[in-house]
This record gives sequence, C-alpha cells and structure tokens, in this order.
Amino acid sequence: MAIDKKLKIALAGKPNSGKSSLFNKLTGLNQKIGNFPGITVDKRTGTCQLNYQTVAEIIDLPGIYSLYPRTLDEKIVAEVFADQNGSFYPDCVVLVADATNLKNCMLLLTQLIDLKLPMVLALNMMDLAAQSGQSIDIQELSASLDLPVVMINGRTGQGIDDLKAVLLKPILPSKKLIYKIDAEIKPLVSTIKNKFNLSTEYEAYQYLQQTDNLVFLSAQDRAYIFEQAETEKFFPHKYQGAETVMRYGFIQDLLNRVILKTSDPEWKKFSYRIDRVLTHKVWGYLIFFSVLFLIFQSIFAWAQIPMDFIDSTFAKLSNTLDEFFPKGPFFDLITQGVIPGIGGILIFIPQIAILFACISILEESGYMARVVFLMDKIMRKFGLSGKSVVPLISGMACAIPAIMATRTIENWKDRVITIFVTPFMSCSARLPVFTILVALIIPEDKLFGFFNYQGLVLMGLYLLGFFAAILSAFVLKLIIKTKERSYLIMEMPTYRKPKWANVGYTIVEKTKSFVFEAGKIILAISVILWVLASYGPGDKMKGAEEVVHKESIGKNLTENELESKVAAYKLEHSYAGIIGKALEPAIKPLGYDWKIGIALVTSFAAREVFVSTIATIYSLGSTDDEQTIKGRLKSEINPETGGPRYTPAVGLSLLVFYTLAMQCMSTLAVVKRGTKGWKWPLLQLVYMTVVAYLAAFVVFQSFS
Amino acid sequence: MGPKRSVADMKPGETAVISDFLDDNLSTKLLEMGFLPGTAVRFNFTAPLGDPVCVSVSGYDLSLRIDEASTIVILN
Repeated sequence: MAIDKKLKIALAGKPNSGKSSLFNKLTGLNQKIGNFPGITVDKRTGTCQLNYQTVAEIIDLPGIYSLYPRTLDEKIVAEVFADQNGSFYPDCVVLVADATNLKNCMLLLTQLIDLKLPMVLALNMMDLAAQSGQSIDIQELSASLDLPVVMINGRTGQGIDDLKAVLLKPILPSKKLIYKIDAEIKPLVSTIKNKFNLSTEYEAYQYLQQTDNLVFLSAQDRAYIFEQAETEKFFPHKYQGAETVMRYGFIQDLLNRVILKTSDPEWKKFSYRIDRVLTHKVWGYLIFFSVLFLIFQSIFAWAQIPMDFIDSTFAKLSNTLDEFFPKGPFFDLITQGVIPGIGGILIFIPQIAILFACISILEESGYMARVVFLMDKIMRKFGLSGKSVVPLISGMACAIPAIMATRTIENWKDRVITIFVTPFMSCSARLPVFTILVALIIPEDKLFGFFNYQGLVLMGLYLLGFFAAILSAFVLKLIIKTKERSYLIMEMPTYRKPKWANVGYTIVEKTKSFVFEAGKIILAISVILWVLASYGPGDKMKGAEEVVHKESIGKNLTENELESKVAAYKLEHSYAGIIGKALEPAIKPLGYDWKIGIALVTSFAAREVFVSTIATIYSLGSTDDEQTIKGRLKSEINPETGGPRYTPAVGLSLLVFYTLAMQCMSTLAVVKRGTKGWKWPLLQLVYMTVVAYLAAFVVFQSFS
Repeated sequence: MGPKRSVADMKPGETAVISDFLDDNLSTKLLEMGFLPGTAVRFNFTAPLGDPVCVSVSGYDLSLRIDEASTIVILN
C-alpha cells in the first residue's frame, strides 16, 4: 500500500447489526454526510487514524441482508461492490455481524467471500450473545471462512483497537468458494467473465443477475449481457433461490460447528413481555399516542425558547451591524438580506434536533419497529406505510424535520407520497396567521356555553389540513405507478437501551445536512425576496420619504408614525408591491385586495411573514402585537362595498388558503434534497397552490 | 389431508415447518431473510388490527403483512 493512497474500508452488514455504532466509534466527529451520486441514499463517510502514519477512509454502507437489491438503499450497495473502478470500491470490507443472530448476517458474508473481496468479520454484541448462553468458537469460525475474525463491542468501544490492528496488516481475500455455479450456466458465465475481464466467476454471475443495476456499464454493454442471457435462457430468479438455499446449507453446517451452545430463547422473554403491552390493542395505541403527543409537545414547546433566542440574536446582530456599517446597497444586502436569511435557516435547528433525538431514541430502543407494526394496516389504506406515521405527525410541528425523517421509508412510492402530503399538516408556523385571523373574524362566544367558537375553528383548520393530506395520499396512491413492490418483511429487534452517543451523532448529522444542503436554497430565495420587497423601479423608492412627508404636512404625526408610513409607501412601490398589485385580478375572486396580495408574495418564503408584512403595509411599523394588528385590520374599509375589508368570508378564505398552500421555501428545499431533483417540489408547489386557491375560492363565494 | 395451509392461517403460539412458496418474486427475499424450506416457523402474535403478524424464524423475530405470510406454505 502506497503511503499517499488512503485505504478505503467499507462497513457492510444487516440493519441493526451495530454498523452505525462502529462507524461512530471509528470516525468520531470526522464524518461527512453526502449523497451517493444521482440517488437519494445518504452516503456516510469519515476518516479514521489507524496508526500514526495511516489514515483510512471509512464508508458506512446502508444495511442489507444480501447482494440482491430491492430498495434504493440496497441497490447502492450492490453497485458499490460490482463496480471495481468506482470511486467507492473498497480495499477492504468490514462485515459487522450481530453475534446474537449470526445466521442471518452470514448470507451477505458468503456472497462477499465469493466476490473475493478482502474482508474482516467483526462480531458485535458478543456480550448479549453470552447472556443468551451462546458462545462462539472464533478460531474455528476464522479457519472455516479463511478470514480474520475480531470481537468488538460497538457500545463500549472494546475491540476497536484490535480491529484497527487487523486492518493495518495486509488482508488477503478468502480462498473459500461457497456457491458453486450451476454447470448448465458455466459457459455463459465464462463468456461474460472474459468479455468484461472480471476476476471471479461469481462477479460475472452477478453481472447476469443484476444487469439493470450496472449503471457504470455502457448501454451497449448491458444490451450485450441481456442478449447473452436471452440466448442461453438464463432466468435470474431460478438461480437466486437455489443460490440462497445452498448458502444457508453451508451456513447452517458452519454454525453447528462453531456455536457451542445454541441460543436459549429464555432471554427474549423480557422482550416478549414488553411486546404484549406495547402491541396490545388498547394499551399499544394508548402508549403510542402518548409517545407521539410527547414528541409533538417537545418540538412545539421546548423548541420555542432556543428559537426565540436565535430570532432575537439575529435581529440584534442585524441592527447592530446596520448602525456600524456605512449606508449603501451592499451593506443593506448584508444586514437586511443575508443575516436574516441565515437566521431563517438556523431557526429550524432546535426543532430538527429535538425531533431527531426522539426518533433516534425510538429506533435505538426497538420501539420504532412496533410503531410500524401497529400502524401499517391503517396507513396502507391511504397509500402510506406504517413508517409514514411519525413523519406525518411531526409535520404538525414543522414539515422540515418531518420530511427529513421520511428517509427511513425504504419503499420509494411510500416515501414520495409521505413527503408530498406532509406539508398539508398544519405546522407551528401557520399558528400566528391562524390566531390573528381567527381572533379577527370569529366571535369569542361559546357554543352551548361550553365550546369556544374560536377553538372550534382552529381545530377545524387542523382537521382540514389532516384530511387534505390523507385524501391527497389516497389519490397519489392511484396515480403513481412503480415496479418496486411494497413489502413489510421487517426485523423486530429485541428491546435495548438506546446508545446515547448514537442519538447525539444522529442529531449532528441531520442538522448538518439541513444547514449545508437545504440552507443554500433557503438563503438564495430569502435574499431574492428581500430584494423584491426593498427595491422598486424608477425613483419612487428614493422619493418615498419626500412624498410621505409632503402628504403628512399638518397631520401632526410623530416620528415613528412617519417612519411607518414611509415603510408602507416603500413596500407598496417595491417589486413585491408591483407583483401584489398585478396579482389583484387573480385573487379578487378569493376576496383579497393588492395589500393581501403583497402579503401572499412575501409569505411565499415562510407563511408566518404574513403577520409582519400586514403590519408594515398598514403602517403599523414593525410590531407583531396581536391586539394592534387586529384593531387595525378591523377598521380597514373595503372601498367597493363601504363595509369592512376583513369580512368573515374574506377571513375564512384566507384561513383556508394558508392551511392548504405551500408557503415555505425551506420545505421545498428539503423536498428537493429528499427526492433528488426539482420535479417533486415543483409539483407539490403547483398542486398545493391550486388546491388552496380553489378551496379559498369556494369558501369565499359561498360565504359572501 | 386438508388444503394447503400458509403462515397466514396459523394461530398465535403455533409452530410449523416451511415447505414451499407461492410467489416467486417474494420467495427470494423470504429465503434471504431465513425462511428456508424445512425450517421451523413460530407464529408469535398479530397486530391489533389483524395485520401485520409477528413470526420467529431462524432465531429471530420478523413482521410480515398477511398477504406476504400467505405466500409461505407450511406442513403440519
């Protein structure tokens, strides 16, 4: 190994085998989260100092049971191992196996042996295996497989140094051959092997099995493989089944020799006892909804304090710098465009951190699998899966972490539908808009002297969002076609104590990927919107102060009132104001005027901006005091009718519009990242806007 | 001999031996997860709404949807 070349080590293994813990232990905070090119699967890489001279690059591959892929995550692993010239092709593989359940970790191991990859077997959870009364003959295992075997404890870090020491030595591929290719396809396999200059027969056989996934080959080469397979009548499924049975034959034989005492099912009794409560038809749901409520409550309530802190810090920062810098468009851009833009990104961090702390605790403990188990049947009726529940409910706090949480849904169709409908759930940013408008148009009376009308309307809005999500999911289920079959063959892990370090790493990982990937788009759009709202054509903007001063002569306005009037005048004549006015004919059927139009434009970035825009446009200065705004809105007259502008019909129409419209660029940025492209976020934007427009139209026309 | 039974027809607590698969596409996935012909499968419990179900096979627990379980033919 040349010194300047980094050793590339891939971690492979089934889900829940402790791969991530080992990855965290090896790399510490030297991790990078990115995407595998072209698809949505997270790629986790990191560096690890093996000794003073040698640094290794560690790639954490998605958890898989075998080389035959069914989901996107599994495809990427198959691709990594098939493409010898690919940038992720490892020098060495560490196969992480769960010692308590060696059998189903071994299938992948035997496949990789046949690919002649240099490999180390890392036996994790030996302590749990020992508790269950099992002991493993490591020497026999190592000799039978012709591989180095290392015992590790991903929880405590024991054995990591041994693993590093083994990795520093040259590792030779195992000389074993476990799957013997069927004689009737030998000639075909040889043809492929020679044509592509492959080193093993099994690799050539994989080329035949997975031709569709060999995206690194040219279309011509793939066509050639298909042609050969066709003429030789090669049916992938026929051989796949036989291969798996043969491999398990070998595995069973091996395990009979190396496992000294078979596992005693007694140790699982505890887990079963917990399951009896947690999947009970009454207690199960009750506990689940309490857990959901707790998650929802913690995002909703606990995130508020750090969010307010970030908000006020950035407001202060922007004010301070504004005074400090000389006047000029460049510095205005910094203090009023860029800094609030960055603040607008960082404000989501508390919610993201809290949600992912909760989710990773649920996953680490094994409870998440039970949630899926409980909810799958209900959710499937609407084209969703059991795994959609947590994202959907989290969407009621904030759609951004919720959409990031859809990662765990393996099935592409289920995931896209969940992502698509989650923004319909009423998030916390809608609440400021709701409270002002509800307080404005709904009387404070009580129905039957008990139910508060305002509360009922608010609840109705949340339900409206919920039903919009469910119905849209149902429609999408019928529209989206996919070859990928949805299934739920999912391991139910035994309950465990969560590993807190892993919870911490998850929080860091998710926050980083939001700030650095979605953040770019959010910053760009917020700067554009700021420019639109602060600049206008001609010299109207420059002359704003003069015009307003002239108009106000003799009116005895205080300085603050004057300033507010100038701000309102400027907003009216800015590009945003012009767009708002241009929108008027389109939004008139909904009962809105150009002032509301401007608020619609500015709140495209984030819906809660509605409140501050309304405050500016009605010359209230920069207040967000509910009473002041409410009072001002109440007195606004509609020049056409002579009556109040904000009639119940207008108010309801606005409420419905804000419930259903996609007014959150951060969500769009996260959807773009989650679906790897602009197709889904744009579809979502158009769809939600159209639905919101039509619904608001119907509401306004039927109430006025 | 009655008609062919599948894992979906089993009762909680029952144990049986896997004999065959009805869905070619799904069978490769099931084989990989340790559902091998000749292996014992134990039906643990169902979700409260009757679907999915939890079974033990090859030493660990799995959840399956009923329509997946019904493709696994058992002997008993």
